[in-house]
Amino acid sequence: MEEQDNNAKNSRRNFLKKGIALGGLSATAIAIASFQKDDIEETGEKVKLLSPEGELVEIDKAYVKPAKNLSLPIDSKKIREGIPNRKFVMVIDLAKCKNALKCVSVCNKHHFVTGDNAWLKVHKMQESKDTAPYWMPRTCMHCDQPACVTVCPVDATFKRRDGLVLIDNERCIGCRFCMAACPYSTRVFNWSEPNQGEITMNMDGTEHTSTPEFAGKPSLKGTVDKCDFCPHAIDKGELPHCVTACPNGVFYFGDKYEDTVTNGEESVRLSKLLEDKAGYRLMEELGTQPSVYYLPPTDRLVDFKDGLKNYTEFQSVEKPEQS
Amino acid sequence: MKNYDTLLKDLAPRKFGKRGTIWTICLIVIIIAGIIAYIDQVIKGQVVTNMRDYALWGIYISNFVFFVATSFVGSIFVAVLRLTNNEWRTPLVRIAEVITLACIVMAGMTIMIDMGRPDRLLNLFIHARLQSPITWDVIIIPTSIALSFLLLYFPLIPDLAILKNYYKDKKPKLSKWYGKLSLNWKGTKVQKVIQAKSIKIIAIMVIPVGIILQTIDAWLFSTTFRIGWDSTNMGAYFVSGAFVAGVGALIVVVYVIRRVRKLENYITDYHFNKLGKFLGLACLTYFYFNINEYLIPIFNAPVEEDIHLSALISGEYAMLFWFSQMVGLILPMIFVLFKSGRKPLSMFIIGLMVVVGSWWKRYVIVTPTLLHPFLPIEGVPESWHHYFPSMHEWLITIATLAMALLIITIMVRFIPMIPVQKTAEELELLETNKKTES
Repeated sequence: MEEQDNNAKNSRRNFLKKGIALGGLSATAIAIASFQKDDIEETGEKVKLLSPEGELVEIDKAYVKPAKNLSLPIDSKKIREGIPNRKFVMVIDLAKCKNALKCVSVCNKHHFVTGDNAWLKVHKMQESKDTAPYWMPRTCMHCDQPACVTVCPVDATFKRRDGLVLIDNERCIGCRFCMAACPYSTRVFNWSEPNQGEITMNMDGTEHTSTPEFAGKPSLKGTVDKCDFCPHAIDKGELPHCVTACPNGVFYFGDKYEDTVTNGEESVRLSKLLEDKAGYRLMEELGTQPSVYYLPPTDRLVDFKDGLKNYTEFQSVEKPEQS
Repeated sequence: MKNYDTLLKDLAPRKFGKRGTIWTICLIVIIIAGIIAYIDQVIKGQVVTNMRDYALWGIYISNFVFFVATSFVGSIFVAVLRLTNNEWRTPLVRIAEVITLACIVMAGMTIMIDMGRPDRLLNLFIHARLQSPITWDVIIIPTSIALSFLLLYFPLIPDLAILKNYYKDKKPKLSKWYGKLSLNWKGTKVQKVIQAKSIKIIAIMVIPVGIILQTIDAWLFSTTFRIGWDSTNMGAYFVSGAFVAGVGALIVVVYVIRRVRKLENYITDYHFNKLGKFLGLACLTYFYFNINEYLIPIFNAPVEEDIHLSALISGEYAMLFWFSQMVGLILPMIFVLFKSGRKPLSMFIIGLMVVVGSWWKRYVIVTPTLLHPFLPIEGVPESWHHYFPSMHEWLITIATLAMALLIITIMVRFIPMIPVQKTAEELELLETNKKTES
């Protein structure tokens, strides 16, 4: 089991280290293996890859091999430490959001959210009567100065070196101080036994154990949940579910140290994106230092009103049909 | 001049009459109902409350704040008046000490009721983190409980010795208990010196600990980014509010005990007059901090704070806000200005107003803020936009209040509510010494 974990983490590392592959390749962990030409015959088919320096490079497909046992092993017990030399960030482009709500439903599905406590929400925003309305998806901000972590009395919620703020549901005492402290109202509480059906069971009938790296599987009564930036997807070399599900490419995910983010379709320089489009963070004045950046809703390709048909003020989860 | 035996007969605890028994049974029934509701909450989860993701704290927390506030009477009344040599306190301090102990014990219990996972209580010690205001509470509440107990117990020791002799023939079993608890008190000079010194140290310690307790309670709120809580005024605001709530509760309990134990000769109009003036001082102090908290921000409140303040002053919470301000603060402040307002019965009514107003005031501090987050409340059922306690919450909360009253009732049953020895000394009945020494 532990070995399996290690393998999964290694391949994740390699994938992330070597850059985020373009196009449909992102699902497979890929690394550029050695360049010993003697062993390899070129196929003539080229593949585009993003180098660690952020450059687009084109190499022969023959050199692209699935990674094995590269780089440092990570102790699977060090969930609280996170992945060294990473800093995960997200960029949300408000100009593209038209409240399609695919992010919300995919997030609910993969985190087994069954109540009215969706982790991801799309807010209908309008600062004042005369300013333009816009749709604003809100994830956890994974702040660098997280108010929630400061007030937790038992260290159940913690900040990792790779930027993620996660919750240890096996330790949480349910005081909800973190929820009171979060200015973004990100956190939700399991007020009753979460009705997650079969997901709490493994194939062999044993129960899943809760892990901060796959929050919501299962959720535990009397503890706090929230958006976890999908470390279980990162593990597999995938992007968070909301990023891949968004039909409009609103969400970009990536690594601040690599200065690269991708929405699954295009990869861009984080610094350039923020500079060109005047990126900002929510409630910067509070000093929470979020890891989520917003691009203002300028030059919109979509009409705000298009989103209204999906707007449900009093519901966040599609209710399963009562049979 | 009164005779020592009459004094002892008046002040020694005695069996309840019919009314006392009914009262105690009622309290126990209420407590049992609350315990059943709590067990149901543990089984089903806090879904039985009306708290939800936005109104994430409710009356469990505001009731906790109320208990903490009321427990301040031990610091502000007993210790401060002792250190300033205010002699009029004598017949009232024991009652204040009893209220303090009952309230701080109940504060410790109510905060646990709010926990989603009470089974993980020990995590607070195993994984404690000093930077969390809850950990500060975990440190200060047991400290306060211990100190409040000592504040009650040390001055009680001579009285326990007196009761031991008093019940020697009538109730030998009870007498034995008093004997054990009196720690072999003989009233010797050495003992008296130690006792006086200890009480002085406790009294001095109780003041900073009481202020720290109230302030930490305020910091639970003011360390968050929430509108209405994020205020540097909070610490002083809570301390002064506790001053009001504590003295209010004291007046009510003093009046009731005076009535049922017929202590009119010991607790006189003079004492109520003094209590009234003391309450007036408390109200004025609290009024000052209320102006700072609610009136001054009107001038420069940013939009979000403005929404919050309007909801309090003229919106959804206006009823509760003005009720708690008028009934709990402004009207009592005006009433105690008049001499007739400081008579026993009117003081009792004013005290009741203060206690009820103070309880709702805490509700007004906790709830509206949570329903005014920075980002709009969306994607949740309509009912999550509002909060009013559910039946479970009421049953449990009323049971905690009943439990505090039961603790006080049990103490009234077994210990003298007016310090016997001290009263005797003050009445210059020197037999006290002879009796306890023999």
